[in-house]
Amino acid sequence: MRPTAPPNRRRSPLRLLLAGALAIAAPGVLAACGSGSGSDPDTVEVSYKQSTDNSVRVMDTFLGDVKKQFEKANPGKKVKLVPIKAPDSEYYTKVQQMLRSPKTAPDLVYEDTFLINSDITSGYLRPLDDYLADWKDWDRFIGTARAAAKAEDGKTYGVPDGTDTRGLWFDRKIFAKAGLPADWQPRTWDDVLSAARAIKRKVPGVIPLNVYTGKPAGEAATMQGFEMLLYGTDGATDDGGDPLYDEKSKKWKAGTQGFKDALAFVETVYREKLGPEVSDALDPNIATRVRGELLPEGRLGINLDGSWLPQDWLPGSGHEWPDWSEKLGLAAMPTQHGQAPGKVSMSGGWTWAIPAKAANPDLAFAFIKTMQSKANAQKWYIANSGIAVREDVAEDPAYAKAQPGIEFFTDLVAHTHYRPAYPAYPKVSTAIQEAMESVTTGDASVAEAAKNYDEELAAATDDQVTRG
Amino acid sequence: MTRRPGRPPHPALRSLTRALPVTPATVLLLLFLAGPIAYCVSIAFTDLQLTGQAEDSFVGLENFRTAFGDEAFRNAVWLTLVFTVVSALLGQNTLGLALAALMRRASKPVRTLVGGIVVTAWVLPEVVAGFLLYAFFRREGTLNAVLDWLGLPTQNWLYTLPILAVSFANVWRGTAFSMLVYSAALDEIPKEITEAAEVDGAGGRRRLWHITLPMIRRSIGTNLMLITLQTLSVFGLIWVMTRGGPGGRSQTLPLFMYEEAFQKSMIGYGTAVALLLLVVGSLFSVVYLRLLRTEV
Repeated sequence: MRPTAPPNRRRSPLRLLLAGALAIAAPGVLAACGSGSGSDPDTVEVSYKQSTDNSVRVMDTFLGDVKKQFEKANPGKKVKLVPIKAPDSEYYTKVQQMLRSPKTAPDLVYEDTFLINSDITSGYLRPLDDYLADWKDWDRFIGTARAAAKAEDGKTYGVPDGTDTRGLWFDRKIFAKAGLPADWQPRTWDDVLSAARAIKRKVPGVIPLNVYTGKPAGEAATMQGFEMLLYGTDGATDDGGDPLYDEKSKKWKAGTQGFKDALAFVETVYREKLGPEVSDALDPNIATRVRGELLPEGRLGINLDGSWLPQDWLPGSGHEWPDWSEKLGLAAMPTQHGQAPGKVSMSGGWTWAIPAKAANPDLAFAFIKTMQSKANAQKWYIANSGIAVREDVAEDPAYAKAQPGIEFFTDLVAHTHYRPAYPAYPKVSTAIQEAMESVTTGDASVAEAAKNYDEELAAATDDQVTRG
Repeated sequence: MTRRPGRPPHPALRSLTRALPVTPATVLLLLFLAGPIAYCVSIAFTDLQLTGQAEDSFVGLENFRTAFGDEAFRNAVWLTLVFTVVSALLGQNTLGLALAALMRRASKPVRTLVGGIVVTAWVLPEVVAGFLLYAFFRREGTLNAVLDWLGLPTQNWLYTLPILAVSFANVWRGTAFSMLVYSAALDEIPKEITEAAEVDGAGGRRRLWHITLPMIRRSIGTNLMLITLQTLSVFGLIWVMTRGGPGGRSQTLPLFMYEEAFQKSMIGYGTAVALLLLVVGSLFSVVYLRLLRTEV
C-alpha cells in the first residue's frame, strides 16, 4: 500500500463530515450486500474443473450433453456451465472462495473427495440425505461410493461420479530395448528401481521412471506418488491400519519407519536421476505433460499414475492415441518387500455437491439425477476412464469392454486404500508434498524431511499427533 | 466563494462548505482503501481458514509469533531483501540512471531505438514478461541456446539460481521506469552549470559526482521509493517463472503470503504476513524520506 491519503488541514469539520457521510453510505452499502444479485430461480449453475490442456474437453463435452437432455426434459429450466480452468490446487481455492458468499456460490459444484470433509467442516456444503432418500438410483451405488462423501456427522454431502485406482504404466518399446519382459510385474520396490536403472543404462534419452513429487504437483504428488509407496510399507500392511492416521486414538501418525522408507524411495529416484529433471518434476503442469507428451511420444519408461490417463487419448481429445493399449503395458504397484497382499492401489474420486449457499438446491439435485442416471453415468465412466461406482454399470459387459484397461484397474479395487478423509487431511497432504520436495531437490536428507514433516503435522492438526 | 465585507459567514459553516467538494473523494477512499485495510488488519488477528474450520476465532498475536518462529517466513524475508536490493536498488536504479545519462549523448535514432525497446519491456503485462523470461531462462531456453553456441556450459537457471533469475527479470522489466524518471531529471539540470564546471576543468566523473547527482538528489529519492515499493509487491513475475521454487529458493514475501493464505488455506496467517510486508515497505520508505530531508 502506498501512502495516498491527502493531508487534511481542517480537521474537525472534515471529521464531522466523514462521520456523516459514513452514516449515510453505510446502510446503502449493507443493503446492496444483502439483496445481492441472486440467481435466476430457473437456472442451475454448475461449477466444474476444466483441464488446463486446451485440447482435453472430456468433461465439457459430457456436461454439455447432459445440459441438453436436462433442458429438454425440463422445459423452462436452464443450465449454466461455469468452468474453472486451473490446476488442481488453484481450483480448490477458487471454489472455496466462491462458496463463501451466496452471490458467488454456484448451485452445483464438483468436489474432490479428499477435500470434501474439510469443506463440510467449513459449512460450505448442504447435506443431501433428504434428496437421496427419494432417489431410487442411490441404492445402485456401491457401498464405498455411498460412504465417500459421508461426513463425521453421518450425513452424506456428495454424489460420487466414479472412482479410480492407480498403478504402473510402462512403455513396451522402451522395455524391449532395455531387455525387460513385456508382461512385466514387479514384486518389490527394488524390482521397480532396477527396471528403471536398466532403462537408464540401455535406453538413453528417455525418462526411466516418473513419480510425482513436490508442492507444484499438488495432490497428485501425495496420492499417485507418496501414498502408493506408503500404503505398501511394512507398517501399513501388517496391522492393516492406515499408515497416516491412527483410528483408535484418533491421531495422526508421526515418525513412522514406513514414512521414511517411502521418502527414501522418492529420494533414490531423483538422486539417481531415474526420474524427470527435477525442474520438470516441480513444474505444476507435469501431470498434463506426462499424459499429453511424454507417454504418447515414447519418452517415459515407467509411470506411476492413475487409471484415468486414457481419457486424454480418446477420439476427440486432441491427442488421440487409439492404439495406446498396444504401446503401453500395465502393472500393479508392488508392496515394499513383496509382502502380502503384494499389490497396492489408492482410490479417490470426485463428487457432485450442493453448496450450502446455493440458490436453487432442488433444481441442482434434479440435475444430478439426470447426470448420474445409468446411461449417463456409464457414458461418463467410459469417457473419463473412471471406475464405475454404480453396480448396474459395473455389471454391464458393454462397460467392461468399452476400453482396454478398465478390467485391469477395476480388479485393483480389491487391493485399494482410501485416504484418511478428515478435515485436516489437505494440510497433511501439503506437509507430505513439502517433505517430498525437499528430498527431491536434495535440500534435506530423508531424516531431516521426516522431522520437518512431524513438525508441520503437529501444526496442521493442532497437535493431534501420535508417535508410533 | 466570495466573502462579503461586513458579514463574514459563521466559521463552522464556512469550513463545512469548504470541505464539501472533497467529501465524495474522501468517502470513496475510506470505503475502498481504508475499508479493506481495516478488514485485513482485523483478519490478521484471527485464525480464519479457507476450509476445514467451523468458526474462526480471535487469536491475538499468535499469527505474528508463528511467523517469526517459522523458518520459511524468515527465508522469505531474506529473499525479499535480496530481491529488492539486487533488482531495484542496484539493478533498475543504476541501470536506469546509466541509460538516461548515455542517451543524452546518443544520436537521435539510437535514442529512439533504445528508448523504444526499454519501454516496451515495461509496457508488457507482468504475466507476459514473466513468461518471456521463463522461456529465456528455462533449460531448453534462449540463454542456454546462446551459451551452447558459444561453447559455454549451460545450466537450468531457474533451478540453480532462481533468485538471481527473477531479479534479472525484474531489472529487465522495471528499468524503463527509472530511466524515464532520470531522463526527466537530467533535462532539468541547467546547461550553464555543467558548462561552467567544464570550463573550470571538471572531468566527466567529477561533474557526475559534484553536479549531476546532487542536483537530481530528489528524483533519486523519489525513484528509489517508488521502485522499492513496486518491487516489494512483485508477485506475478516470480509466480510465472518459478512459483517461488524450487524448495522455496525464490519465495519472496508476496509468494509466501499467497501460499499460506490460499494454498494452505490459512487466510488469517497469510493476512498477518501481508501486514508484515507492509511494515517492511514502511521501513524502506522511512529511510528514503530521511535521505531526502538531509541537505547536501
